[in-house]
Amino acid sequence: MSDLLRNIVRLLLFIFVQVYILNQIPALHQYIIPIIYYLFILWLPFRISRIGLLFAGFVTGMTLDYFMNSPGLHAAPCVLIAYLRPFIINILSPKETAEFNYREPSPRSMGWTPYLVYVLILTIFHHFYLVVLEWWSFGSFLHLLIKVISTTAISMLLVIITELLFSRKMNYRTNTA
Amino acid sequence: MRNIFLFIRRFFTVIVFLILQAVCIWFLINYNRFHHAQGLAAANEVTGWFNSKYNNVEDFFRMKEENRRLLRLNDSLMNQLPSNFVRIDTGQVVARDSVPFDTLGHYRHYVWRDAQVVYSTVSNEKNYIQINRGSNQGIKDNMGVFSSGGGLVGQVVNVGPNYAQVMSLLHVQNKVNVLVKKTKNSGTLFWDGTDPHFLTLTNIPKSDSLAKGDTIVTGNYSYAFPPGHFVGTIAEIVKDISTNFYVLKIRTGANFANLQQVMVVENLQLGELDQLMQDTRRKIDDAKKPNR
Repeated sequence: MSDLLRNIVRLLLFIFVQVYILNQIPALHQYIIPIIYYLFILWLPFRISRIGLLFAGFVTGMTLDYFMNSPGLHAAPCVLIAYLRPFIINILSPKETAEFNYREPSPRSMGWTPYLVYVLILTIFHHFYLVVLEWWSFGSFLHLLIKVISTTAISMLLVIITELLFSRKMNYRTNTA
Repeated sequence: MRNIFLFIRRFFTVIVFLILQAVCIWFLINYNRFHHAQGLAAANEVTGWFNSKYNNVEDFFRMKEENRRLLRLNDSLMNQLPSNFVRIDTGQVVARDSVPFDTLGHYRHYVWRDAQVVYSTVSNEKNYIQINRGSNQGIKDNMGVFSSGGGLVGQVVNVGPNYAQVMSLLHVQNKVNVLVKKTKNSGTLFWDGTDPHFLTLTNIPKSDSLAKGDTIVTGNYSYAFPPGHFVGTIAEIVKDISTNFYVLKIRTGANFANLQQVMVVENLQLGELDQLMQDTRRKIDDAKKPNR
């Protein structure tokens, strides 16, 4: 399967899981909202251009927004993490070998610890921006912090479960293949 | 000139990033102010299609409960309620066409339509509900929406050809005028964005004697809702020390977590009432202005 087709299918799956499963779960608590769809941006290939990454983030966010009737609310954090992603990857994998040997970020290509740090940083950025936009007009700062921390925690849990359940087959890329 | 191009080339990514951010924020601000967004009506048709497919599956699991509720109260019964009709003053001769009369001199003020919920959330600060009726089925902006159990749900804010968008009571910008059925004092009902089962009611004076479980109904002065329809019951009474008013916690009459069937109520006299208000404004306000 080509990269493009693979990622389009992946985007649709992520959006449907977010809209029809996670958003339909009866609310556990007002602070705990499971969010997973942004993992799509984190899973995009290493070799995608930075402009392409920004537009991919925008499209992801807007697709979800049109389902949730909140245009712009999720698109803005998605564009932000798409912009920050290359910097974080550069900091966390200085070897520069992973990017050439593997197709996309994963525990196998980066190692578990750097990969989880990478996910954690971008998750915090995403949720913080999202909660700030959502609570623009009201709410106290303490609520905002608690909400960011709790949604980040539940998102990290979901990401780890996803990684364990769907270990993507990563072929070691060689010149011949 | 060359330097400008060099600058743009060098910071192209940052510029694209900033432009996309600006577009997002613009969408967000625009949508919240006018309840309309660029391309939302077209996108609604697509998301509505997916939502109705999903709804078909969901319906199957909730059919039993929904049937029981529908038996208890259906919209044909609602249409016969006396509160839908207004008695004409027979001393006056009024010419009305296109408004259905019955032989007793009643004319219809409100008409009820049933609709199905295809998508709804309760977990956000601003919750909307999508229903499978749109302008082709006669839905217009600002119509009231009630649940199949008779509880107030919200108000239509955006209409596509076949689907419409309802701002639910669980929306921090939605403020509704309601009254306490026992004492007839009216107040403002809103949601504080926390628990989807409870709303907040303010502006009820402390002189009222209230008890837990008292009924809250829709207010008398609304173009969207017929008066006297069930909204919720009082769950907790708090006296605000700094003012002369209660702060009441209201348990919602409609269960927002499992909305399936709703009823949309249309105010048939809305055109005339609106026209009257505008005419009055023109007559009084414009007359005040000095002639030049």
